[in-house]
Amino acid sequence: MKLVAPLGIYGLWLRDVKRFLRTPSQIVGSLVFPLLFLVFLSFGFGGAAIPGLPEGIDYLQYLVPGIMGFTMLLGASFAGLAILSDQDVGFLKEILVAPVSRTSIVLGRIAGGSTTAIVQAVLVFLLSIPLGFEIAGWLSIPLAAVFLALIAITFVGFGIALASQFSDSEGFSLIVQFIVFPLFFLSGAIYPIEGLPTVVQYLALVNPLTYGVDGLRAALVGSSSFPLVVDLGALVISSIVMVALGAYLFERVEAV
Amino acid sequence: MNRPTNAIAVEGLTKRFGETTAIEDLSFTVEGGELFGLLGPNGAGKSTLINILCTLLGPTEGTARVNGHDVTSETGAVRDSLGIVFQEPAIDEELTGAENLAFHARMYGKRKAERQQRIPEVLDLVELAEVADDPVENYSGGMQRRLEIGRGLMHEPDVLFLDEPTTGLDARTRRDTWEYIERLNEESGVSIVITTHYMDEADFLCERVAVMDQGEVVAIDSPAALKASLGGDIIALGLANDGGELFERLDAQSWVREYTPTEDGVAVTMARGEQRVADLVRLADDAGAAIESVDLQKPSLENVFLSLTGSTISEREASDAAESHTEAADEDSSMERPTETAEATEAPGAVE
Repeated sequence: MKLVAPLGIYGLWLRDVKRFLRTPSQIVGSLVFPLLFLVFLSFGFGGAAIPGLPEGIDYLQYLVPGIMGFTMLLGASFAGLAILSDQDVGFLKEILVAPVSRTSIVLGRIAGGSTTAIVQAVLVFLLSIPLGFEIAGWLSIPLAAVFLALIAITFVGFGIALASQFSDSEGFSLIVQFIVFPLFFLSGAIYPIEGLPTVVQYLALVNPLTYGVDGLRAALVGSSSFPLVVDLGALVISSIVMVALGAYLFERVEAV
Repeated sequence: MNRPTNAIAVEGLTKRFGETTAIEDLSFTVEGGELFGLLGPNGAGKSTLINILCTLLGPTEGTARVNGHDVTSETGAVRDSLGIVFQEPAIDEELTGAENLAFHARMYGKRKAERQQRIPEVLDLVELAEVADDPVENYSGGMQRRLEIGRGLMHEPDVLFLDEPTTGLDARTRRDTWEYIERLNEESGVSIVITTHYMDEADFLCERVAVMDQGEVVAIDSPAALKASLGGDIIALGLANDGGELFERLDAQSWVREYTPTEDGVAVTMARGEQRVADLVRLADDAGAAIESVDLQKPSLENVFLSLTGSTISEREASDAAESHTEAADEDSSMERPTETAEATEAPGAVE
């Protein structure tokens, strides 16, 4: 078996995309949470003086990249859940018995999960424009796309690694709640991490989402806490680590 | 050692889950093109064996080869050579029938031209061409099974595993599925290994049957030879008295192979029982026995299992189910579920 089977990866990706497009209720459902945060936080804190907010940056401008990052987290946890629901309905066996390496299966699932997560984040972005979000320049788009892809790979990889440690979707769903929100609050998505206690700031610095949100902000708003290279480097490293971890842990999954 | 003509060659295969031994020191071969049955109660280790053969589980000891390829060292070649229909449905219900087949073909590395040729062929074979573009969730239980069988054949495997192929299907659909399986074996020449706990299924379908009990193969032969090993038909006479001189008279008859007194009468073994019913009744009458009932029993695989293991399949399943609740509850996921639950959860959902 070849380590990377392009046709198998494509098949897995296509399946995820088809399933996603066929359940509009799920697409709408996945956007409810991020949009609630976006609307109420931006209205509620719009006029407030938030400590550490870069000068000349409106709170909505600051918030949109953060909420996009949050959307990616939800999308990634959904990708982890998809593996477990495949296991629940028996379809995982069909995947595991095929002459395709586990690494290819993980890559295919990351491709599928990332695509759907990115689509959700882009929808949030588009819906933020009527709310008053202004993009820094059209060159922002390709740069933001790179960051979205790296965030997706990092967290979908993490979701798969985590899902491989569970045998049923209920346990996983429960744990994910306790992971998604700390990652979100410790990423500078809704307020600058400079305002946090020093110890907590360190936690934020090891959170890949911090660099993801910062990179998106650099791309879309033109303001960031770290140099762009740092954001990019951190995310490339976290992507590689998570893909490797996902592949390593999934290798040990038994289908029966 | 390596004879590629054998569809399956198993030697000294053992699988343990912690303390529980699921299969113990199995050795057998299945020839190319054969329709082979693994017959035994739920919990006999059939599904564990199938899972090892399709590389989902590793053996604890021993070797197993599929189409000449070792299941531990040549997993890729083994997976390429086999198609499998799992006991529990394993289809994506949100996709259409054709999409499920296309997914499978891609996973097996089939390029577009091959897929476009093969998918309609398979849909025709399992008679699902008309509903090819309907979501699978609208299929009936029998249609889903057929789709899975077709999918198992998509990549033209040398060996097709069918794990309890008719569990949860209604009687008519079962019969249809049997005919499909038989025709498939005849027409495509693919070796088929089915596991079943239905005696009639093994009897109807299989050229050879391995009778499994508690992780071991207790007999392996054609259904006819297994039944013949019982020594013939049995006529059970129900008697209202002690039978008078019946037993002495039975001793004197050359056509009586053997007889055993039972609780309410006597069981007499002989060849061609249907021709001896009259003789036996006359004999008993003359001997002063008061006959209450006459029951001619043709040998069945049920009787074979009984004589090999000392209990019936349903007794075995009842005691295994009780055990699995207490002892092996944590390792039970690899064992088959009791029949009742399987049938309840896999009942066909839609109307054909």
